[in-house]
Amino acid sequence: MKFIDEYRDPELVRKLLNAVNVLAEKIGRPITLMEICGTHTHAIGRFGIRRLLPGSIRLISGPGCPVCVTSISDVDRALYLAERPNVIFATFGDMLRIPGTGGRSLQQIRAAGADVRILSSPLDGLSIAEENPTREVVFLGIGFETTAPTVASTLRSARRKGLKNFSLFSVHKTVPPAIQSLLDDPGLDIDGFICPGHVSVITGGEAYRLIPEAGRAAVITGFEPVDMVDGILLSLQQILEKRYAVAIQYARGVTQGGNLRARQTMAEVFEPGDADWRGLGVIPGSGLFIRKEYESMNALNRFPLPEIHSAEFEGCRCGEILRGAMSPPECRLFRKACTPVNPVGPCMVSSEGTCAAYLRYEA
Amino acid sequence: MCIAFPGMILSIDENNFAVINISGTKREACLDLLDEPVAVGDYVICHAGYAIHRIDEEDAKESLALLKEFIDHEIY
Repeated sequence: MKFIDEYRDPELVRKLLNAVNVLAEKIGRPITLMEICGTHTHAIGRFGIRRLLPGSIRLISGPGCPVCVTSISDVDRALYLAERPNVIFATFGDMLRIPGTGGRSLQQIRAAGADVRILSSPLDGLSIAEENPTREVVFLGIGFETTAPTVASTLRSARRKGLKNFSLFSVHKTVPPAIQSLLDDPGLDIDGFICPGHVSVITGGEAYRLIPEAGRAAVITGFEPVDMVDGILLSLQQILEKRYAVAIQYARGVTQGGNLRARQTMAEVFEPGDADWRGLGVIPGSGLFIRKEYESMNALNRFPLPEIHSAEFEGCRCGEILRGAMSPPECRLFRKACTPVNPVGPCMVSSEGTCAAYLRYEA
Repeated sequence: MCIAFPGMILSIDENNFAVINISGTKREACLDLLDEPVAVGDYVICHAGYAIHRIDEEDAKESLALLKEFIDHEIY
């Protein structure tokens, strides 16, 4: 397939790796790079990138798996909404097994009779609403800047069509405020960031200026092996020369200005607000909440929520894992109490979660 | 979750939806979020039922050729 196969060329990957080795030796000290995006975490495991790199380069995963950073109280609220009578609850598949308080998940309550549906596009939620005019369709909108415009556009379509039985629970978040929160941590031991490819299609390169300003490398990187190794190479170049800037490795997808139309659609429907991230806590301005103009389609208004007392599972270290402060085998539950079949924490659930990717590809 | 796929536009209908060939599978995608005009034969990056970016084929080809040239000739 065009735009995939040519970026899997083993010969080119080998040559890039040689260059990585040369630069790593020139730098002469251990280097830590953080990939922010969960899709990168998965690609690094899948293509065995970690094992190809020189020992002095350490790759750690950041808070870029949207289901992993959804707060337990948001998971509990989703469970509450999904259990309302007459509700069809729709969301992306990754969300189904995320445990809320007491280990309950959407998958569990579906087995017990709740009508929970997995969609690959939010637009499918509109068809379900049209086909079931006497039921209430609640869509759980989750994801970063890549996904939020698709949900915003869907909400606009729902209004245009005059659909009265479609509403949205938004737990959408944005990436730059989370990076800022990592950079604000004085203990942060990261030399550079492998910046997300598809979030950046929307945000453009400008959104990451805060990284070079904090004296760290920043390279927006694609998801194929050539992309990943090239992204690491460009990061090492910045670190060696101590000249930091936002570089765009993934130029076939990302421009400096990003996709303005998608951002405008997002801004028409959502406004920024403080959001609670699992592992990182409340980050100012990092959440996307439904604007007043679309209030009637906000599921949180349509279904008044009681106070829910949410509690994390004791011993779960997903918080440290999501900040890159701990690696999966250092968690006592990893592979023992917490497995992909019976996940305790969110990092073990999604295939993009740090622990699940580690167990599948590295352990 | 931010997984997205490149594909080629096969047709575009009057509602601004396209049929796209993604690795041999035909998928429908809405074009409302694109910030530039597209036509049949163009490659786009698709995510969650939407096309989110038009790939400039010439630019992409050129960058890849440049990378190959650079890696062959650059002395580290």
